Amino acid sequence: MPMADLSRTPLYDLHLARGGKMVPFAGYEMPVQYAPGVMKEHLWTREHAGLFDVSHMGQVILRAKSGSVDDAADALETLVPVSIAALKEGRQRYALFTNDTGGILDDLMVARKNDHLLLVVNAACKTQDIAHLQANLSDTCEITPVTDRALIALQGPEAETALSRLVPGAAEMRFMDATDLAWNGTTLWVTRSGYTGEDGYEISVPEPLAVAFTEALLAMDEVEPIGLGARDSLRLEAGLCLYGNDIDTTTTPVEAALEWAIQKARREGERAGGFPGADVILGQFANGAPRRRVGLLPEGRAPMRDGTGLFAGDRKVGHVTSGAYGPSIERPMSMGYVDIEFAETGTKLEGEVRGKRMPVTVADMPFRPSTYKR
Amino acid sequence: MKYTEDHEWLRAEGDIVVVGITEHAAEQLGDVVFVELPEVETQVTKGDDAVVIESVKAASDIVAPVDGEIVEVNDDLADNPGLVNEDPTGKAWFFKIKVADMSQLDEYMSEDEYQDMIS
Repeated sequence: MPMADLSRTPLYDLHLARGGKMVPFAGYEMPVQYAPGVMKEHLWTREHAGLFDVSHMGQVILRAKSGSVDDAADALETLVPVSIAALKEGRQRYALFTNDTGGILDDLMVARKNDHLLLVVNAACKTQDIAHLQANLSDTCEITPVTDRALIALQGPEAETALSRLVPGAAEMRFMDATDLAWNGTTLWVTRSGYTGEDGYEISVPEPLAVAFTEALLAMDEVEPIGLGARDSLRLEAGLCLYGNDIDTTTTPVEAALEWAIQKARREGERAGGFPGADVILGQFANGAPRRRVGLLPEGRAPMRDGTGLFAGDRKVGHVTSGAYGPSIERPMSMGYVDIEFAETGTKLEGEVRGKRMPVTVADMPFRPSTYKR
Repeated sequence: MKYTEDHEWLRAEGDIVVVGITEHAAEQLGDVVFVELPEVETQVTKGDDAVVIESVKAASDIVAPVDGEIVEVNDDLADNPGLVNEDPTGKAWFFKIKVADMSQLDEYMSEDEYQDMIS
């Protein structure tokens, strides 16, 4: 795609001024790295606080025409296998849009605010997600894409110190809280969450103040801007899925080892089922799935990247969906799908890298323990 | 020193050619995390894949720039692939080729020509 056809976030000029190396990503020009490079940016985030522009992601308000947020929750439950009805005001939860065959259309975050739900969806899927919401929920809900706010992630052990200098209320929040906080005459939508395995926040800022807010954070000693390259190695160390690589319409939540995202209330009792692909997904809950997403630790230093075939003897038993070097664990790491009988932690397999079979072991994830502030 | 369009540098030492990658190439690759070197005594033909470099971004191949025999490889890179970023034109040479015909180097660029190509 020529760069001319790509969208820019409100922080585009700031990225350039900070030496961001811009690449096309999900229809946007985004910084893949800054001058320090992926490795140093990754380690900085783990030790201090990394600032990520995630404004390309879709922010969508879902509001019931009745005015009741409970009705909006009930409506959304028809599209996700997740308990939204039980989500308390001021809390956020991970969710999945599923299709009729039990595949995953997208993964998303859902926050319950006082009179609406706030959804954050993947950049590459946002157009289809909004169409999906409109096609299915427009009888009872208003679906409003938020196009006038930037979204900033601040991640790492010093994120709390940094953000609470601007908005003291941030320190009071715990993991997966969603709160409105006042700053400079405007309202920030803040969640204590992120996608790096670190404690941290995602902050939705009105566009006119996005640069000033970001600059205020970057002026602090704790905070450096971090590109998409390190975002990918951070999320992989944390065992988190990248939509389009690790989960997609051909993978079910059970195959993807995301059972934890499907609360008991959607599996048993009066709220069970009622989402697309429920028969397939609940059937796999009961009887198991033929394959499973697992962590993989290659021996030696050679990374096994996505597409690498996995073998047990002569039998092909799966493939890698994400693979990279883990700067914090100081070794290569991958995740991928294997036939269920090879999914047990400790199973020895081989990955085919450039025609050569290399040993790799099925491993627990996250590869590095997460440090959420629960 | 001679330079290839693949961003390799070649340094002649008698009938031996030492091969590495340029600073520009190392910068473009990003942090190098793994280097797979050829076996000593391998006979290579110009254009053969000789080295695999894995960076935080992707895998890249380094090709043999001339015909000859690999006579030495830089084992330090196996333990410390980051040398490629720290000192690409010095400590991070990849391999040495014994070359039958040194005129094979004639087709490659001078430093000035290489700088023109990347600027």
